Amino acid sequence: MPVRVRVPTPLRRFTGGTDEVAAAGESVRAVIDDLEKRHPGMRERLLDDNGELRRFVNIYLNGDDIRFLNQLNSQVKDGDDISIVPAIAGGE
Amino acid sequence: MSYVTNLKCRECGQEYPIKPLHVCEDCFGPLEVNYDYAKIRAAVSRATIAARPHNLWRYRELLPVDGEPEAGPFSGFTPLLQARRLGAELGLKKLYIKDDTVNHPTLSYKDRVVSVAITKARDFGFTTVSCASTGNLATAVAAHAARAGLKSVIFMPEGVEAGKIVGSSIYGARVITIRGNYDDVNRLCSEIADKYGWAFVNINLRPYYTEGAKTFGFEVAEQLGWKLPNHIVLPTAGGTILPKVAKAFKEFKEVGLVHGGEFKIHCAQAAGAAPVIHALHKGTDLITPVKPDTIAKSIAIGNPADGFYVLRAVRESGGWGEMASDPEIIDAIKLLARTEGIFAEPAGGTTLAVAIKLIAAGRIKADESVVVSITGNGYKTLEAVAQSIEAPLVIEARLKDFDAIYESLGDGKRSLKGAA
Repeated sequence: MPVRVRVPTPLRRFTGGTDEVAAAGESVRAVIDDLEKRHPGMRERLLDDNGELRRFVNIYLNGDDIRFLNQLNSQVKDGDDISIVPAIAGGE
Repeated sequence: MSYVTNLKCRECGQEYPIKPLHVCEDCFGPLEVNYDYAKIRAAVSRATIAARPHNLWRYRELLPVDGEPEAGPFSGFTPLLQARRLGAELGLKKLYIKDDTVNHPTLSYKDRVVSVAITKARDFGFTTVSCASTGNLATAVAAHAARAGLKSVIFMPEGVEAGKIVGSSIYGARVITIRGNYDDVNRLCSEIADKYGWAFVNINLRPYYTEGAKTFGFEVAEQLGWKLPNHIVLPTAGGTILPKVAKAFKEFKEVGLVHGGEFKIHCAQAAGAAPVIHALHKGTDLITPVKPDTIAKSIAIGNPADGFYVLRAVRESGGWGEMASDPEIIDAIKLLARTEGIFAEPAGGTTLAVAIKLIAAGRIKADESVVVSITGNGYKTLEAVAQSIEAPLVIEARLKDFDAIYESLGDGKRSLKGAA
């Protein structure tokens, strides 16, 4: 299940500076596991010690916040877009 | 002289230079401006501040600027009114309204944060500034950018009030509305800021921008005679102002401008966008985002960036929070207008409605000092109350037409429409 993952600046040191990478998996969690294989160090930036999404990370699947879907278990299809976005932004 | 030392991650403590950065590379935590408080303590006094012009820069040692401010020469230092008639209705002796409906030049608290952000944008050499906004920030960015000679591009969710679209475009800002809610706009703008490197005041300039919100708290303390109130009630959307007012009160203690004084800080949200209140009431610090649905569009944020820090500030102070339904918000807007002559936007109605609930619950007592924070102006959000006011009577320009309705006017009853 290849998907496109948009990588924010703070994580690009793991991707050789690239802002978009390919990964595969049937769920968001599986995609993160695959990202870790391809770009070691990324998983611990995204997930806490309990394997849950970190407080200040938002992940969007085709534009939808995965917390409105099935969290890290949200199903991923071929060709989906995943975007990793720092949560700290905005203010009316 | 600068009293700023660096940026520091609030979560892991990692330090960063003073640059347009807002997220920690290690833990994604928010970066916060760090000051040398010992140096500030030696440099400021009540007398030096009191002698300065009535604008937000009178607290400049506690703001993240080095040179001369580039924006906001008349922003801030809004009235703190003792609300005697409203206080009498609510059974409070020391009720105050901090009235940012008359902030210069765009009539909301956003003139504070934007004054700082535009100054930093100029410092950093940006020529275009931008923001994701529910409207008040939009108008502030557009106006302050115009005066500073910067271009502005403004992103808002579709469906914001006309006053906020017109009130941004008029200054020459390019307005882009997004099919979605504020949280969608904010996510898109985060990606745009990351890709194109524009100066988004509330994204990559956020550490500086948010510091401007402290001036709301500094002014409250100074205007109370260098004292802290027993209670302050603040609206929460993205969560900028509430933790920054808590920080302001602590900083004033730290640098010796106020002595002692315990304060409780309370959070107000609209029931249709209350993720922080839900977490507060559940006793968790995990904030579950919601899809916002409220007439209080300026605070219709379902995924607040700083919600966690709002919870922390409220709990640390021993404060509380409640939410207000749309009808309660409208009633409170009308109550404030009728008793104190202040026309608040729905965020202000939310704050007052929540203050009333806190009084009813006994969390605020009759002899305690209370500040209700009114952060935006009702003239920008006429749509919210247009259906809730008494419609004008329409008569011909004939005295006998007036004679026919005269009796009805003294007691405020509605009647005799079009009497002949």
